[in-house]
Amino acid sequence: MIEIELELCTACGKCVKVCPVDALELKDEKAVLTGDCISCGVCVSACPEDAIEPVIQTSEVEDLSQYDGVWVFAEQQNGELKATGPQLLGKGKDLADELGEELCAVLIGNDVKNLSEELGAYGAEKVYIVDDEIFDNYSTEAYTTALTSLISEYKPNILLYGATHLGRDLAPSVAGRTGLGLTADCTDLNIEEVEDRKVLLQTRPAFGGNVMADIVCPDSRPQMATVRPHVMSPIEPDRDREFEVIEEKIRVKEEAISTEVIEVMRPEGREEIPIEEADVVVCGGRGVGTSEEDFELLRELANLLDGTVGCSRPIVEEDVMPKSRQIGQSGKTISPKLYIVCGVSGAIQHKVGIKDSDYIIAVNKNPDAAIFDVADFGIVGDLNEVLPIMIKKLEKAKEN
Amino acid sequence: MRFVVLVKQVPDTTEVEVDEETGTIIREGVPSTLNAFDEFALNVAVDIKEGMEEEVEIIALSMGPPQAEEALNKCLAIGADRAILLTDKAFAGADTWATAVTLSRALKKIENVDLIFAGQEASDGNTAQVGPEVAAHRGLPQLTYVSEIEDLDPEEGYLLCKKETDEGHVRIRSEIPTVLACMPDPGFEPKIPNVRDIMKAKKKPKEKWSMEDLGGEEEDYGLEGSESVVIETYSPPPKGEGIKVEEEPERSVDQLLKFLDEEGIL
Repeated sequence: MIEIELELCTACGKCVKVCPVDALELKDEKAVLTGDCISCGVCVSACPEDAIEPVIQTSEVEDLSQYDGVWVFAEQQNGELKATGPQLLGKGKDLADELGEELCAVLIGNDVKNLSEELGAYGAEKVYIVDDEIFDNYSTEAYTTALTSLISEYKPNILLYGATHLGRDLAPSVAGRTGLGLTADCTDLNIEEVEDRKVLLQTRPAFGGNVMADIVCPDSRPQMATVRPHVMSPIEPDRDREFEVIEEKIRVKEEAISTEVIEVMRPEGREEIPIEEADVVVCGGRGVGTSEEDFELLRELANLLDGTVGCSRPIVEEDVMPKSRQIGQSGKTISPKLYIVCGVSGAIQHKVGIKDSDYIIAVNKNPDAAIFDVADFGIVGDLNEVLPIMIKKLEKAKEN
Repeated sequence: MRFVVLVKQVPDTTEVEVDEETGTIIREGVPSTLNAFDEFALNVAVDIKEGMEEEVEIIALSMGPPQAEEALNKCLAIGADRAILLTDKAFAGADTWATAVTLSRALKKIENVDLIFAGQEASDGNTAQVGPEVAAHRGLPQLTYVSEIEDLDPEEGYLLCKKETDEGHVRIRSEIPTVLACMPDPGFEPKIPNVRDIMKAKKKPKEKWSMEDLGGEEEDYGLEGSESVVIETYSPPPKGEGIKVEEEPERSVDQLLKFLDEEGIL
């Protein structure tokens, strides 16, 4: 909701123009709220006189039973579905089955309707699509408006987002504007009975993984969480599965967007799988060396395992790899099935970023390197001797 | 212009433990520090201030127990002009929602804020939610994962910044006022205050605001005002002792492959 300070209002009409649901009108030389406000907040930023204040209330609902359905925000980039959508649908299916509710996906973008097929194959019974030019490039405001308006119309019980940069930008924006609880970076989700009600039990690490917490949002709906990429597994896709597509028209106006992307700076070099999406990540640190060539062995090993290459912070500082490849607290937190780490001493900032990997294999010259504390299997030795042998033997094993 | 930097005092380590009996985090004997990303955000604010012709006031704003004053002292030494600590028993136990409510009410009281800076996330909770939630409460746009502000034009009312995305970086133009959640690129070196800075900081204005100063009821704040409830905290299940081999490379690799095979990884 909003509140208009009439004394400050000059009836310029900017708020009326930007409101996506036409809830504002000019009456007697003042702006007034006449329709249902979806709390998207665009009029607040649009008002040049600061006459509009958001009135944010916790949206505690009396009758929780009107909230129904497990929703997954299916992120896409340039018309390509991100891996988090299918992963969350995989987990979402368990939750929906447990609750006896529908599993739905939300897709927002420009010209993305074709992606609904994939979401259906991965288990979505309904796919809500918001498709318009304005959603071509991600903007917090446009996407927040789309989601807040879907939430107010369809009242889902649960809404999950991938904890990507985009998800961690969007989810708290929606939570803040609609007065909902939000749990960040969950690594597990379950349905649990608390005080005779089935609620979403959200498990997340804090303090860089040294503490785990179980969290619930008892009184606000939808129950929202961002979920760490790669922790949940998609179901086997089935192209014959039936699903329903619901197209939703949400008009976000150009004037309502206060940001504009001027330049996209993609890291140079070949297109690679993002490190947070890869099943196998081979990581190199200072011990590998500080030139491109030094990483060739690691790339070869990664290719052999259908994985990708990442690095520790010093390698980014030396400009050998882009920031998007950095693993650790100031880089990315990853949880691949197999993490092979070479020439990384294992500072706490690095360990924090890899803790949830299924298996950690470490190669390091120094037998006392801290990385061995978290490794499932450690090889003390020179990586320039160990890796070529490993590659040779893996190639051979692959042939057989 | 007026900038407000939101800062948090955090434990100076992530190696904390959970008291198995009470299920709470053991904070005794754990030293505290200014959250590193907040320190970066403050550094960004101070850099802009130094490059501006116009007068800029930087306010460091924090919510926390009385001892969080130490973190604010550090902010004043780094270059903040004024510090405000929001401290009250009613604020304790807040989730990100209730924290955002508290900070937003203070921001409203401060008035005429042109830019709000925050660290991308805190090293204890790691939620990255407070910055965007404050933006929502204040009805402002937001920019997250900001690593650099390249230009600020108060006349035209916009700024140009570089921010990290899932794919790489983008350069983005944004209207102001706005909220910036900041995270450094590697290689960032924070300003180290010298003795003179620390002496000067002692003379800078410091305030403490309680619930009375912000208004509202106790139920708006802290644990009571929170939307999410922590029902249990615990130590993660310990990882089994790993295997470590120190042999001829050939033999080490054989053992590794055997391990991978036995675990069914490949």
